[in-house]
Amino acid sequence: MGRITFIQHDGTRHTVDIEEGKSLMQTAMDNLVPGIDADCGGSCACGTCHVVLSEEWMAAAGVAKDDEANLLELTPDRSRTSRLSCQITTTEEMDGMVVRLPEFQM
Amino acid sequence: MKSGLIEKAKATVMDIGTAVVPMDLQIKGAHLLFNAKKKILRRPDFPAFVESPIPDVSTLAIEDIDVSNPFLFAQNRWESYFKRLRDECPVHYQKKSAFGPFWSITRYEDILFVDKNHDLFSAEPFIVIGAAPEGLSLEMFIAMDPPKHDVQRRAVQGVVAPKNLKEMEGLIRSRTQEVLDGLPLNKPFNWVEEVSIELTARMLATLLDFPYESRRKLVYWSDLAGGGAETTGGTSDTDELFRGMADMAKQFSQLWREKEAKRDAGEATGFDLMSLMLSNDDTKNLINKPMEFLGNLALLIVGGNDTTRNSMTGGVLALNRFPDEFTKLKNDPSLIPNMVSEIIRWQTPLAYMRRIAKQDVELNGKTIKKGDKVVMWYASGNRDERAIEQPDQFIIDRKNARNHISFGFGIHRCMGNRLAEMQLRILWEELIQRFDKIEVVGEPKYVQSNFVKGYSEMTVKLTAKA
Repeated sequence: MGRITFIQHDGTRHTVDIEEGKSLMQTAMDNLVPGIDADCGGSCACGTCHVVLSEEWMAAAGVAKDDEANLLELTPDRSRTSRLSCQITTTEEMDGMVVRLPEFQM
Repeated sequence: MKSGLIEKAKATVMDIGTAVVPMDLQIKGAHLLFNAKKKILRRPDFPAFVESPIPDVSTLAIEDIDVSNPFLFAQNRWESYFKRLRDECPVHYQKKSAFGPFWSITRYEDILFVDKNHDLFSAEPFIVIGAAPEGLSLEMFIAMDPPKHDVQRRAVQGVVAPKNLKEMEGLIRSRTQEVLDGLPLNKPFNWVEEVSIELTARMLATLLDFPYESRRKLVYWSDLAGGGAETTGGTSDTDELFRGMADMAKQFSQLWREKEAKRDAGEATGFDLMSLMLSNDDTKNLINKPMEFLGNLALLIVGGNDTTRNSMTGGVLALNRFPDEFTKLKNDPSLIPNMVSEIIRWQTPLAYMRRIAKQDVELNGKTIKKGDKVVMWYASGNRDERAIEQPDQFIIDRKNARNHISFGFGIHRCMGNRLAEMQLRILWEELIQRFDKIEVVGEPKYVQSNFVKGYSEMTVKLTAKA
């Protein structure tokens, strides 16, 4: 089974199993990875499940739609590889993926 | 069409005018014009609301239900009124309210839909039920659509970004401690005045770097801006509103010019709101657009005033209405962050946001026509049994307490949410260390408004910890 590693802002690593079809946000929440708020529960409506992917995983994660891009725009500490984790569906191909969590969710 | 052109021409004249005519004089001019037109056109004043008992909702035909009544919260009828709408007519049309016809959206899922789809529902020109008095149409980014909204919001959101907040936490805590240490013990006092208003006024003065000793002016202007009869069913008088806004314009322009001079002299600028706006290319000349300048500053003081103030009061009331939760809190203060979200849900300090449909939209079996006014009732969405278990109960360790709708969703989601949460968290951390009992004496007095769900007075008696 594939695994994904979340790295908190302070460097703490959490490696968790992939459950195909579950969103990246839900994967983190279900494994009690701190640093994601998910205030809207995964409706792409709040921007509080912001994560930063490493460059090489951008393609696997797919392209952000307009509503996601709009919300990311509002996050002051976004970067070029920022995504909302509720909009990424995990697959076995994401085995080894590394996801960084920002210092704050806003 | 024609009136649109005139409006545009007037706006342009006013924009050019700022460099020459001080902003406060322009508002005085608009005030004179407003009163002259009223006389010449014999235009009646928007009638003041007179309180009368609101009937039991079960006695009304569905089309007669009018949730824009500004006494609905004060008379504690709002829960039953919105429950009936959610159950029987979740997308409801009221044809003849004092504010004209409007749709009410009352279920959580439908509110989320409207809030998220800013391409279907415009936030322009205003986010409350009524219209602003002519000549005083403040322009604020909460009531702008993309792309203008995005540019203006981006320029100021840094002031309440979590990174900036971390710097402010110590200051907020020491000011909270100072206020709480000065409160009387075993003696009833007005919590709204002594705690909620005082703490939010201090916060606003800090964010704006406004003269600290004049901080209550910020509260006054904010209450005035949000409290007109024609806008929210409130009690502020139009003449007083014009005068207040002129005074606000004068003081804010002065503060802006001071900061501008500092910047031009190469001095270090602060992290306050105006300094941030001055250092951003998109907003550094905002003072030349008086209605936008005033609008955005008014937005940030209103946004940080009523909301946090009434959550500070509402939390105390909730813990009195649900005393077991207070015991729970005392036994486990680590519940405070979760309780803060629950307070914000239970109180829902701003009852709604308004939109205008940009095209015909089908929603829950009804057709909302292009141009129709649409009100998303957050106060109702937060009590929707379909989305939230036991929604009328106040439960400090509620699961998914963060999923409340009080901050709105989508691009207009509350910008100061993290600051608000921090202020409330600090307040409760400090309260729980000092007091064994925080008793509400008698019934609170409510604000007259269909927009602000809040309190004008609440008597509290404190007992120190043994």
